[in-house]
Amino acid sequence: MAIECLVLGRYTAALSCIPLATARLDLLAHADAALGGASAGAGQEVGKSCVVATIGGKRVMFDCGMHMGYHDRRHYPDFARALAAWGAPDFTSALACVVITHLCEALLPYSHLDHIGALPYFTEVCGYHGPIYMTYPTKALAPFMLEDYRKVTMDQRGEAEQYSYEDILRCMKKVIPLDLKQTVQVDKDLVIRAYYAGHVCSLYFLIVLGAAMIYAKVGDAAMAYTGDYNMTPDRHLGAAQIDRLKLDLLITEYGPTFNYEHDFSIWSTYAKTIRDSKHAREREFLKAVHKCVSGGGKVLIPTFALGRAQELCMLLDDYWERMNLKIPIYFSAGLTIQANMYYKMLIGWTSQKIKDSHAVHNPFDFKHVCHFERSFINNPGPCVLFATPGMISGGFSLEAFKKWAPSNKNLITLPGYCVAGTVGHKLMSGKPTRIDLDKDTHIDVRCQIHQLAFSPHTDSKGIMDLTEFLSPKHVILVHGEKPQMAFLKERIESELGMPCFYPANNESVSIPTTDNLKMSTTERFITSCAAEQEGVILMEKHKAPKILCEDELAQVLGMERHLVQFEALGSSGIEEAVELEFKRAEAADL
Amino acid sequence: MKLTCLSTTGGGGSYHSPASHLLELEGLRFLLDCPIDLTALADFSPVPLTGDAGGLIRAVPRYLSPAAAAAAKVGGIDAVLVSSATGVLGLPFLARLPGFAHTKIYVTEVAARTGKLMMGELVEMHREFVRYYGPDTGELPRWMEGEKLNELLSMLEKAVTVDKGDDLTSLMPLYSPGNIEECMQKIQPVKYGEEVCFNGIFTLKASSSGLELGNSVWTIKGPRASITYLPSSVFVSAHALDFDYSSLKENDVILFSDLSSLNDMDVDNDKLDEHAMDETEHSLCRRSVLRDDGADVDEKIAFLCNNDDIKEEIERISYICSCIIDAIKSGGSVLIPIGRLGVILLLLELISEMLHSSSIKVPIFMVSETAEEIIAFTNALPEWLCKSRQEKLFSGEALFDHVDLLKEGKLFLFPHLHSKDLIAAWKEPCIVLCPHWSLRLGPAVHLLRRWHADKRCLLVLEQGSDAELCLKPFMPLAIQVLECSFLSGLRTEKIDTLLGVLKPKFVMLPEGLKSRCSVKGRPWSFLYYSKGKTIELPNLQEDFEVHLGTDVAHRLQPRKLNETTAVARLRAKLHVSSGQYQLAAAEKQSDQSKRHLLHWDAVDPDRLLPALQEKGMVCSFAADDDSSGERSVLITSPGEALVKITSDRTVIYCDDERTSGHIFDALSRVCNGI
Repeated sequence: MAIECLVLGRYTAALSCIPLATARLDLLAHADAALGGASAGAGQEVGKSCVVATIGGKRVMFDCGMHMGYHDRRHYPDFARALAAWGAPDFTSALACVVITHLCEALLPYSHLDHIGALPYFTEVCGYHGPIYMTYPTKALAPFMLEDYRKVTMDQRGEAEQYSYEDILRCMKKVIPLDLKQTVQVDKDLVIRAYYAGHVCSLYFLIVLGAAMIYAKVGDAAMAYTGDYNMTPDRHLGAAQIDRLKLDLLITEYGPTFNYEHDFSIWSTYAKTIRDSKHAREREFLKAVHKCVSGGGKVLIPTFALGRAQELCMLLDDYWERMNLKIPIYFSAGLTIQANMYYKMLIGWTSQKIKDSHAVHNPFDFKHVCHFERSFINNPGPCVLFATPGMISGGFSLEAFKKWAPSNKNLITLPGYCVAGTVGHKLMSGKPTRIDLDKDTHIDVRCQIHQLAFSPHTDSKGIMDLTEFLSPKHVILVHGEKPQMAFLKERIESELGMPCFYPANNESVSIPTTDNLKMSTTERFITSCAAEQEGVILMEKHKAPKILCEDELAQVLGMERHLVQFEALGSSGIEEAVELEFKRAEAADL
Repeated sequence: MKLTCLSTTGGGGSYHSPASHLLELEGLRFLLDCPIDLTALADFSPVPLTGDAGGLIRAVPRYLSPAAAAAAKVGGIDAVLVSSATGVLGLPFLARLPGFAHTKIYVTEVAARTGKLMMGELVEMHREFVRYYGPDTGELPRWMEGEKLNELLSMLEKAVTVDKGDDLTSLMPLYSPGNIEECMQKIQPVKYGEEVCFNGIFTLKASSSGLELGNSVWTIKGPRASITYLPSSVFVSAHALDFDYSSLKENDVILFSDLSSLNDMDVDNDKLDEHAMDETEHSLCRRSVLRDDGADVDEKIAFLCNNDDIKEEIERISYICSCIIDAIKSGGSVLIPIGRLGVILLLLELISEMLHSSSIKVPIFMVSETAEEIIAFTNALPEWLCKSRQEKLFSGEALFDHVDLLKEGKLFLFPHLHSKDLIAAWKEPCIVLCPHWSLRLGPAVHLLRRWHADKRCLLVLEQGSDAELCLKPFMPLAIQVLECSFLSGLRTEKIDTLLGVLKPKFVMLPEGLKSRCSVKGRPWSFLYYSKGKTIELPNLQEDFEVHLGTDVAHRLQPRKLNETTAVARLRAKLHVSSGQYQLAAAEKQSDQSKRHLLHWDAVDPDRLLPALQEKGMVCSFAADDDSSGERSVLITSPGEALVKITSDRTVIYCDDERTSGHIFDALSRVCNGI
């Protein structure tokens, strides 16, 4: 039995090279607090995103979001508690790296899941000094977002700021930008890679510019983390965009509250109708704008600085060109204009359609956008103005609204969704003729209102398709509402046959991972290709085991082969033998 | 592993025509780069013909067929790895070859894009000849027939730089736009750091070489060796992403294909003789001291990455700019026929700066088919740029200054000289940037004709492109000519240190660098290659590595042979993916797993009998024929069977499968087997 031990011993030794044969997942935070659910109708979720996965002994933090709904310490993920649980002296030694997968997936940055808000706090206040990765666009656009958050939180609560603008800059300096598909060796064992997450052909393609699915691998154990943006790999592009990864675990966000139409635009069965309805909606929008300006009216388009503004402007700029319109288009905020600059440089990260069109002319080089000054809102004559914020909750969009709403020549476009209490929300619910801003300020609303329609879906098809495509061994859902996640878990387990989990905050899940023994083998074994390979493992004391072909083994051990053959009885000459036997028996009898 | 060096054209792998190799690995043939050889182009007279062309051939130009075409004809090519845009230019010549039908081409996105633009430009400009002479029908033109050719050859004896092996009869017509398209179809564009799997067993990865936007060093990881294909590289660049040497560490073999230092040697031969040896000795000594100190890697890297090279480069370009300013001040125009993207981008920035500081207002024209697209896309590829330019992205500035120059109306882009808006914008003196193409194609020809007699004007040329021949049709020249060289690769004194950081086992070095790289005390060995020769490197390891799933491993049933050896039979499925051999559990685990299929040593018939009886069989020895050494066992129940045993073979005669199975089991118990 000594030999058995040798074999097992070797196996055990090989196994212990990969000390943790499981991937562990710690959820530092994911939210399930609902705010203003009744008024929004669909149940609005507010949360922070921060997930730590331990794979092969390496801790990777995915996203570092903050919670916009809380005003106290719950604002940030419970970092201290996690550190205590890990038993590490500090964050830098506890974590192999931090990866920010995307900024925020909604049009509505203040009311949806955040992915980066806690990062400056984590690096500058908690003192994490290890590597931080995010894609180029995310790194370029993150300071906007962070500075916006910082201001908003300060405005909202007047509380002492938790991090300063300088902290943001210092934090961003430490960020290592990631290119898509680039394989990054974080340390000796850990490899990460980003995949394109959103070849989306919808109106809202820019929202998640730079969003990525992150693949992480240690030894043979591999996992991927993906947001809830459109990752649906279609049958033609999918294979090129995302390799077939052998995953032990897929972690996917599942925030079913706002899955916009782009989540569904990819599947062939739906694609056509969605495309058609999208075109129809775009035409409707352009028609409304054109009608207004040709009647000498002003168009107010309240938007957030990133994403939507550029997208609608592209649509208008193109239309202006085609229709040879000379009416000025303005951007109110310098921020938006600066954002345009980023979009121009990051064109490689937008959808293929845009990329293809930009051989010479950059579509973000808006030809009809003119220089703007605040006093222009008093100017006579038609114009189009993009102003922030999107829900007319204050700022310049409110100022312009006050000036322009009383004239029936003017037009105001509204995003499809507005938080209760904002002017935008009031305009959406019914057709008010008067809006009371406060006790003393009333605005008569006579202008046209055009609602930019988009249909919130609560379908899980996107995630199901992605999961099926990637075929991981296990699935973990995060950031969803419990009943919906329970429903999806059921579907994944029954339809795809994969074990699925949805841990609550500060809960851990452990799952087993693949692991392999490395062995050497001969060229003959490799090249004698057969569907099912037969060979022999030779194990010798003080030598690594080796896989050989049968006859190679005989050669190596210097043995003489003994052939065993089967033949039909008839060919054996058995009759003679039997006869001989009988004769012998007879002779014996005699 | 076999390496054939196909070409080291342009005097040895210059920027414009990198070396080309054929690498054979595990039975697959990789073509490494396929540049176009433009040396023949200079032998043709530019059109329209004016005056005496100095004996140059007056016909539609033909081009030397790339050496890779011959290789593709003979053994086919499985994959092409391209390190730069210039390495793509020869590929359309191969497009129609049967050996190229299923070839995959791997090249970075940016190099593919630039390469496509350059090829398109070449074809477009070549049309000028076709328009002048009529189409090249593919038949042998008259000038290539016997007497005439010899005449030309003798006339051009000095000028023609073709090697003895080639002759002008191997010249072929230029490829068509269709050929380019066919090639582009085969291209799989990659990003830096992207691992692509080829043929299951190879992992290919491009990393930045620093020389130019999109230029790459390739790592080929095969099942038994990892190879670095190292073309011309620059450690610190003023525009492209820095040389990513860290991803090349500890690859087994380096194919060192940076031949730029060979050019230096040609150029400053005299200087070399005087100083180089001292210098090399000196630097070698210095570094061997380092090595003794424990090979301080940090210090080595600091030596490699010091930005002396780039400082010098900027100084050089600044000097060119000052010459340009002088010419402008004297009222002359400046023609810069240089096709190097990096140089152009830097030149633009420095010239405009200098023009601004000396408050001179002259227009800068970029006249090239590709100008508009190149200028547009260079401002939209932050991932491919050096760190300082990436910082510009993050602080929201344009990546290159040319964006502002265009806006401010200081820079004008035109596809041709006859572009409709060019006349309106045209003003002399001016600065014109245009492609080189041996000064036979495109705007350079026309502008040189316009300015060649004006001594106030300035022509800026890159050194090494055989200026004398190129300028021949424009003689006599009054225009000032500034010949300059640019940073094109590693300096010789850095090679040894780089190898020390990369720690290869073998280095394939061009023969020409033999004397410049010390062998003494280095842990790697050198193999020297030269054009047209094949060198062979034996397998670094005989065995393959295979990954065995733990589930398969746990199901193994080892059998002890003696105190130190055990064997186990393995049944598994062999998968190959991402360069990894994986043994996974076979689909059906047959009950046969307990049966031995391999037996050795002799079988003792006296032990077989009891074993059979134990299984409940009625059996006995049949009469033996002693002379043959054969013994037979006769089984009569439960079925009829006969077992014949000799020293090296046992034959079971039986019609009944069950019985034969039982016999086999019994036999296995008395015989060594697995």
